[in-house]
Amino acid sequence: MDFLFASIIDGLLLGFVYGIAAMGLTLIWGVMNVINLAHGPIIALGMFGVYLIFTGLGVNPYIGVVLVAVLGLLLGMLIYYIAVHRVINAPHLSTLLATFSINMIIIGLGTAVFSASPRNVDFSLGSMTLGPITLLGSRVVAAVASLLITGGLYAFLYKTRQGRYIRAVANNRDAAELMGVPSTKILALSFGLGTMLASVAGALIATFFPFTILAGGVYELKSFVIGVLGGLGNPIGALFGGLILGVLEGIIPTFMPTTWVPVLEFVLFVLILLVRPQGIFGAKK
Amino acid sequence: MKRSITLLLVLLLAMGALLTACGGSADTPAEEPAPAADTSADTSADTTAEEPAAAEPAAEEVTLTIGFTASQTGKQNVSSTRQVNGLNLWMKDVNDAGGLVLSDGTVVKFTAVTYDDESNTDRVQELYTRIATEDNADFLISPYSSGLTAAAAVIAEQYGKVMITTGAASDSAYKQGYTQVYQAYTPASRYLTGAVDLLASLDPDAKKVAFVYENSKFSTSVVEAAKAYAEEQGYDVVLFEGYDPETTDFGPFINKIEDAAPDAILGGGHFQDGSTFARQINEKNIDVKFFTLLVAPPEPDFADLGDAALGVIGPSQWEPLAAFTPDSAKEAGLDWYGPLGDEFVSRYEAAYDGEEPSYHSAGGYAAGLILEKAILDADSVDPEAVHAVLENMDLLLFFGHIKFDTSPEAHGLQIGHSMVYIQWQDDGSGNLAKQVVWPMEGATADTLYPKP
Repeated sequence: MDFLFASIIDGLLLGFVYGIAAMGLTLIWGVMNVINLAHGPIIALGMFGVYLIFTGLGVNPYIGVVLVAVLGLLLGMLIYYIAVHRVINAPHLSTLLATFSINMIIIGLGTAVFSASPRNVDFSLGSMTLGPITLLGSRVVAAVASLLITGGLYAFLYKTRQGRYIRAVANNRDAAELMGVPSTKILALSFGLGTMLASVAGALIATFFPFTILAGGVYELKSFVIGVLGGLGNPIGALFGGLILGVLEGIIPTFMPTTWVPVLEFVLFVLILLVRPQGIFGAKK
Repeated sequence: MKRSITLLLVLLLAMGALLTACGGSADTPAEEPAPAADTSADTSADTTAEEPAAAEPAAEEVTLTIGFTASQTGKQNVSSTRQVNGLNLWMKDVNDAGGLVLSDGTVVKFTAVTYDDESNTDRVQELYTRIATEDNADFLISPYSSGLTAAAAVIAEQYGKVMITTGAASDSAYKQGYTQVYQAYTPASRYLTGAVDLLASLDPDAKKVAFVYENSKFSTSVVEAAKAYAEEQGYDVVLFEGYDPETTDFGPFINKIEDAAPDAILGGGHFQDGSTFARQINEKNIDVKFFTLLVAPPEPDFADLGDAALGVIGPSQWEPLAAFTPDSAKEAGLDWYGPLGDEFVSRYEAAYDGEEPSYHSAGGYAAGLILEKAILDADSVDPEAVHAVLENMDLLLFFGHIKFDTSPEAHGLQIGHSMVYIQWQDDGSGNLAKQVVWPMEGATADTLYPKP
């Protein structure tokens, strides 16, 4: 029983970070109906960002996370202007291909520069034992950071002019343009925010798991499952979706082999698509 | 429109150039041959070696093409690069020494034809077919890992090319009835059995063992054999579970391990998952007395884990500390061949910026040595003659004892070589150092037991 409880806590802590990653994917989908296939490699870039800042400059990895966030935002806006903007009104296949090309470019360059060797941010915040549970400092910090980021995103979307613009563009781009919303800038900002969330998730994951340039793929898949679970286009739903997935990953291995985890996750994915395609928490649209 | 097309082309070209430049910077020795050898056809062994000496028996030079793939990208990148570095060093050593000289004065040199297999089985099959047919390689060396080697072995057999496998311990590839494939490594079935013996010698009261392993061809065959062996020895296997190769979160396993409270954990898979597992066991303060992992611990980079590496034991195909010498060959009644371990280490470090060779590097070099010795003993470059020599090979290299099973059931399986077990220990000055702890006769230190 103890280890079931410990597994749930482990799963919940991880789930927060999964939630942040999925939020990035779902925000971009919600605002501009683009499925960002470069999501995984951007998560991996976030991991490498923290790694380079920590090992190269000797800066605390949590300061690294903040720097990665800023770089992620800028990178996202750059990707938007270079690859996505021209095809934003084209059929979905074009944006899929555009973001897939970005994926291939990042993976190709990343493999050439970093090779596929595993990297490790050798940083520990220690652990704390409460009865049967051992809480790892780095995971607790990541979970708290994820909550703060979600709160920040929520405040940004609902309390600022830019946030209102984003919601307006997500709701009806033509109408928003007619009301004087600079839609191109807002789309670029939204894409930037999406990649910022992905890179921050990667940066936080790098503080407790080792990674390679190919490591983002797993989290990209999880982000899709979570996005569908929470409702594509609904950032808050993504956080809850992340928590659900994290807890499932904690609980399933306690009564069956861990290899069943992805099977059950994708069964759930298909079930949600069949029974409640708008997601458990309902999409915004 | 025209301008933007030009701009796009320029961008693409620039990116291509950048990729090529970066890709080329892999740490291979300067003399490494160009990837696609087009020299093999006209210098092929069969055409030149048997030609009658017309006027004078002048030294004829034959260049044999050795074909193999390297995982320059993908998950096997680290170990594969080391293996290929070892192989390239062997080739460079032989060629720099003027080649092998056969009794008729023929000088044999080697050239490589190699491609990036991307750690991908399908690519391996495509590329070995290309190496065997278009590039007309004379002999093959396996890629790294059992999975990739199984794919390459099919092709070697199909085209009747002798292949020395290295970095591939799984037994199953040698139980398919193949006749052209010879294994340099200790097979998986004998990989962890020594760890069980070591545990028995350390603590007769330890009875509960947990096996947590990567779901791959290699690790599964290792732990299945070790589990059967442990049960034979009276151990209670309290947990036996595999994880996906991509696993980064071992939390669920660690919680299960805590619940099962074993005396010993055995398992792992390859470098990445093994080092992650060790790190997380340490972070969660799991109290286990004996912790043995496959592949990862013998790698020099494992020490980067710091405290998490302390006390971890790992089986190794070869260690620089292992002292195989002409004297030990004489004692064992075997022929000695090739450089001493120290010579290999110093040459390797000189060739690769001081990088310490791992057993993968030694395995790559040893695969070349086996082929070299077979060609010399056959006194011919004819693949059939070389094949016949390999059948009866029984010698000691710096890498260890080499002898192949020739029975139809397990043809080519390595039956001479055996593992050494290392443990990471404190060297007294606060740094981590590898010590050989098993077998007893080769041990350089006592085992730290229970694990700190």
